[in-house]
Amino acid sequence: MKTGIMKNSLLVLVMALLFSGCTPGTKPDDEMADMGADISEATSGTTIGTIGEGGMFAGTALEGMKISYEKNAINDPENVLSIKTIYFAFDSSEISEEDVEVIKHHGKYLALQPDVTMRLEGHTDERGTREYNVALADRRAQAVKKLLLFQGASASQVTIISYGEEKPAALGHDEDAWQLNRRAELVYE
Amino acid sequence: MLNRWILLLFIACFSQTANAVLKIDITEGIEGATPIAIIPFTWSGTSKLVDADISAIVSSDLARSGKFSPVPENQLLARPQRPDDIHFKTWRVAGVDHLVIGAVELKADGMYKVEFRLFNVYRGEQVLGYSFNATRATLRTTAHQVSDLIFEKLTGLPGAFNSRIAYVTSAGKPVEYRLQVADTDGYNPQTLLTSKEPIMSPVWSPDGSRVVYVSFETGMSAIYIHNIHTGEREKVASFEGINSAPAWSPDGKTLAMTLSKEGNPDIYIMSLENRALRRLTRHWAIDTEPAWMPDSQSLVFTSSRSGKPQLYQLSLDQDSRPRRLTFDGNYNANASVSADGRAIAFVHGANNSYRIAVLYLDTRMMQVLTDGPLDESPDFAPNGTMVLYASQDKGKAILAAVSSDGRQKQRLALSDGEVREPSWAAKRN
Repeated sequence: MKTGIMKNSLLVLVMALLFSGCTPGTKPDDEMADMGADISEATSGTTIGTIGEGGMFAGTALEGMKISYEKNAINDPENVLSIKTIYFAFDSSEISEEDVEVIKHHGKYLALQPDVTMRLEGHTDERGTREYNVALADRRAQAVKKLLLFQGASASQVTIISYGEEKPAALGHDEDAWQLNRRAELVYE
Repeated sequence: MLNRWILLLFIACFSQTANAVLKIDITEGIEGATPIAIIPFTWSGTSKLVDADISAIVSSDLARSGKFSPVPENQLLARPQRPDDIHFKTWRVAGVDHLVIGAVELKADGMYKVEFRLFNVYRGEQVLGYSFNATRATLRTTAHQVSDLIFEKLTGLPGAFNSRIAYVTSAGKPVEYRLQVADTDGYNPQTLLTSKEPIMSPVWSPDGSRVVYVSFETGMSAIYIHNIHTGEREKVASFEGINSAPAWSPDGKTLAMTLSKEGNPDIYIMSLENRALRRLTRHWAIDTEPAWMPDSQSLVFTSSRSGKPQLYQLSLDQDSRPRRLTFDGNYNANASVSADGRAIAFVHGANNSYRIAVLYLDTRMMQVLTDGPLDESPDFAPNGTMVLYASQDKGKAILAAVSSDGRQKQRLALSDGEVREPSWAAKRN
């Protein structure tokens, strides 16, 4: 799990350099992170297009992952749809650029498989207050849902449940555990 | 001496097997409290009942308040039984301000008669005296009533011992959540709800007869009102999105809550007469954790509208706008308002440490009461003298209480499992 996050962080850099043309420093700083909650706004301007449909990822940490929207693709550990957990920064519901990609593939899958439904679970780490964390986790899940719907998934396919800090993925009281707990889980039913 | 050890051993075993009882330890700050001598009550018609030792319960209640330091039983200079037996000069010399004597009598009809007298040692006179009838089952309650009367007489503040607390526990694998209510000293825990899914945010009705809480038992969050006597409960909110943070207005007529049914967490109020719902906040930021002011006409809540969570106050008037209350630090959340409306306890986060702080509304001064690092869920005792909160001890979730001046601390831990989200009922019902 931990190495997965490090890969993801590396991927942010790669993606940023390769595709978005952003210069360092244009990424919203921490102070602003939660203000960009409107995902359509936060991600507009991101250039995506080097990832071919039905092809393979090239030049990124997702390299070698398959892209297919067959019904059972979600059970294929080599398919991009096998990535079902999205991680967040503290007190933020902003989705990183490579996770936007992952979520878009899930959105397309849902659009192409209209009888499939998903439970979208929002979670936070243990810091801060419990009820604020329920609200924060809800925003994380809402942000993911918005992206799914942009790809043609129907609202009735996606049910959000926000647990806040009540169901940690990792126990422990340090950043190692916290980074694994700040997450949205895409659970196919 | 040996007998005493056997007795202690018995109490320890009893507590473990009867239920997961909250064990209370006073951890800091006995100094500065008023010395009081509570003479062990005499028992007649029966030998002393270990689980209803009235004078020991009163002594423990008064010590927990942080305002009194009862003389330890083995350091008592004398054990007067009747008013005439008291040699006030001896107690004066020992620096004891007040003295309590009393008696418990089991009568022929099976009822217990409990009486006590409170003396001012310096004036050498009785200042309070009462007699109660109790059943075997209500003896502990009677003891807490005695504590309340003594506390009120000597401090001028209403006592809060004869009441109940509610809290959530979790233990086991897979985790089992329990909603429990207990006496304010942790005794007599009763389980209202057991679930494999999270239970959150219990809060008492102002009359102490019901608890409102959030349960995920159906797989989704919903807000329930649960009558603690009949066990009846009603689902009052199960909208799409979050159903969170219920708060009962002090006049008993309205529930405030956080819903995200319109896409974003906002504060709503629900009339308990006709279930009519009114949206109070409309903002793209997170608005949650409503807490009522005593007049039931305005709320304090947490909002991230400035970018980070801060506390705001909002009147129920239609054209009212939220007024920001906290400016110190970048994480101030989860308010609890004192019954007199003069102080707000909340979670103050800074440098990865979350502590309980109090904001005084008249001076706008903030005082940090606890050390963190993961303190949360503050709840003022009904008389405002203490703040009950959730904390961590060696990685385990416990309850703790701090006097509202920050001077005295105590911890309430479960022998097995974790405990959190305490709520102190305004009265026992």
